[in-house]
Amino acid sequence: MTRFSRISLCLPFCLPLAVAAAATAFVAPAFAEDTITVGFTASQTGPLNVDSLGQQRGYEFWRDEVNAAGGIKTGGKSYKVNFVSYDDQSVGGRVQQLYTRLVNQDRAQFLFSPYSSGLTAPAAVISEQYGKIMIDSGGAEEKPFQLGNKYLFMVITSASHYLSGAVAALKAKNPHARIAMVYSDDPFSKAVLAATKQQAEAAGLEVVMDESYAPSTTDFGPIVNKIISSNADAFMGGGHYSDGATLARQMYDQKANMKWVSILVAPADDKFGELGAAAMGVTVPSQWENQVSYKPQFGPTTAEFSKAFQAKFNAKADYHAASGYTSGAILQHAIEQANSIDTDKVAEALNATDVTTFFGHVKFATDPGNHGLQAAHEMVLAQWQKVNGKPGRQVVWPEAAKSADLIYPISASQ
Amino acid sequence: MLGILASIIDGVLVGLVYGLAAMGLTLIWGVMDVINLTHGTMIVAGMFALYLLAAAFGISPYFTLPPIMIGGFLVGVALYWIAVHRMIGRPPLMSLLSTFAVNLVLVGIGTAVWGTALFNVDVSLPGITVGRYTFPGAHILAAVLAAVIAGILYLFLHYTRLGKALRAVTNNREAAELVGIPTTRLLAIAVGCGVALAGVSGVLIGTLFPFTILSGDGYQLKSFIVTVLGGFGNPVGALMGGVALGLLEGAVTPFVPVSWTLVIEFVLFVLVLIAFPGGIFASRRGAL
Repeated sequence: MTRFSRISLCLPFCLPLAVAAAATAFVAPAFAEDTITVGFTASQTGPLNVDSLGQQRGYEFWRDEVNAAGGIKTGGKSYKVNFVSYDDQSVGGRVQQLYTRLVNQDRAQFLFSPYSSGLTAPAAVISEQYGKIMIDSGGAEEKPFQLGNKYLFMVITSASHYLSGAVAALKAKNPHARIAMVYSDDPFSKAVLAATKQQAEAAGLEVVMDESYAPSTTDFGPIVNKIISSNADAFMGGGHYSDGATLARQMYDQKANMKWVSILVAPADDKFGELGAAAMGVTVPSQWENQVSYKPQFGPTTAEFSKAFQAKFNAKADYHAASGYTSGAILQHAIEQANSIDTDKVAEALNATDVTTFFGHVKFATDPGNHGLQAAHEMVLAQWQKVNGKPGRQVVWPEAAKSADLIYPISASQ
Repeated sequence: MLGILASIIDGVLVGLVYGLAAMGLTLIWGVMDVINLTHGTMIVAGMFALYLLAAAFGISPYFTLPPIMIGGFLVGVALYWIAVHRMIGRPPLMSLLSTFAVNLVLVGIGTAVWGTALFNVDVSLPGITVGRYTFPGAHILAAVLAAVIAGILYLFLHYTRLGKALRAVTNNREAAELVGIPTTRLLAIAVGCGVALAGVSGVLIGTLFPFTILSGDGYQLKSFIVTVLGGFGNPVGALMGGVALGLLEGAVTPFVPVSWTLVIEFVLFVLVLIAFPGGIFASRRGAL
């Protein structure tokens, strides 16, 4: 084979590579200059899929709005937002691999959290190790914020305040309530119920049962019988989606006759209404509901957000979507305040953040023992009630934010 | 005391349904030494078929049992030809991997179509209330139906020509072939029956608890425990194993923190494996 023919043979393979390399050399720097890359993982598969999807949609909704408005304007430039995301399969081990990849290979400048406390904790190890800001809207557990992290910021109310409203509302209705606390054996649920137990006892309520169950539990029959035997008249607990819904249904089927039921997470999803009568009267602590009406200093109002979200995704916005959107809005606000995309300057701006959006008041703790923990946002308590004959959630606590009266005992709503 | 008794009775009622689920797994294992790792997904397929049929036609959940049993049988026969047939006679790991692969494909498709959202089938049947404790009607009916279906399987295996042929294949495949039994067809029928049982148990479990596309793992795990308790390859033993598991869950829960129940179950699992390697109710080889 002649030298010429060898070159001719190689040409069809080499030419596209050369063109691609040249194109990359010319295009990549311009792309990098005008784009902010935000990385995160979402649980597109696995048991956390439902709640994670809401959060991911919130992120995407913010990105599309920002880019449609011309990007984030800071330091005399406009930056379009570019997302890099992966499916973490709801597995903690995957999270650490993927966040390392997001930082090292994908060159993400900022990070959003995965969904759930169990996944956020390992992700925070990576974000802190590489000195990247991570806005957390998916993990409510306080522990990662008590380790001296500098770049981790939580926009949602933390776990220890999840059921504070439920305790206060229950005390108002029945100061002598006897509470059974039964919850999933996972970091988030344990943190919530440990704090709730202290709050309930401080409020003079009696905790007659305090037990955790394996997250894989499918049949709660023996547990419900144990709750009945404990002489409890109020229930607080649950964990995530499947277990919470199954508990609600089995307590109803086995006529546990609780006057009060507060379950974490599951009742915040519209699918919970499929339980029919078993869903009625159940209360859920919620980071945000469509009925709240905070006056935002910037960004959309609740009504505008809900309407635009519904139009875009053909789905009702839940609190996971709202908190996901808020992650982006708060990051954008901090970048604009810092007038830079430099990590330390943006972190400084986040430390100084004290704003109200449609999601509520957002401010971060700055003391080293709790740095980045949410210090201002308040949760509401929602209750499943019949709205125009159909099951739906109403905000019932605090009194100032309520859209309907709290129904107690819950049998009155069934 | 009444609470403990209620817990035990409730455990036994649900245990019968777990036993029926495990019968499908143990039947396939008994006939051809194949561990079907699509078992949990087939249980979930039964749940989704129940949900879709009940929603589409507005019929009672229990009327979906016959069509789902037939559908499950056909799916099982297809599963045999896709994932099991070429693995017969090869090391057990091969069939384990092939059914595992099919399981991943099915779960992936299911997740893409339905996500991992929760589905619930509303069943309103009057229960029996004793003191403060109630045994839901759906639990009682599911347990009765599980026992009836298990009885039908027993009669099928022992008193029909096809059932006897299946037992002959289980006992000695080569000898069965020598006397003219079409073993390949019978192996396909065995997988069909196993998957039909998984689907039917899925229907019954679906009337008791809400479910997601990922619920199968938990029920598959329970089926393995029940199979070990009941004896490998012994369908009647599986039913007794299910009752034993339910009894254990019901009896243990009132006395220990509920998070210990699973630990105790697995301690028992290991002890049974050590003391009775073939299961407590192990039958001699080929005595389906």
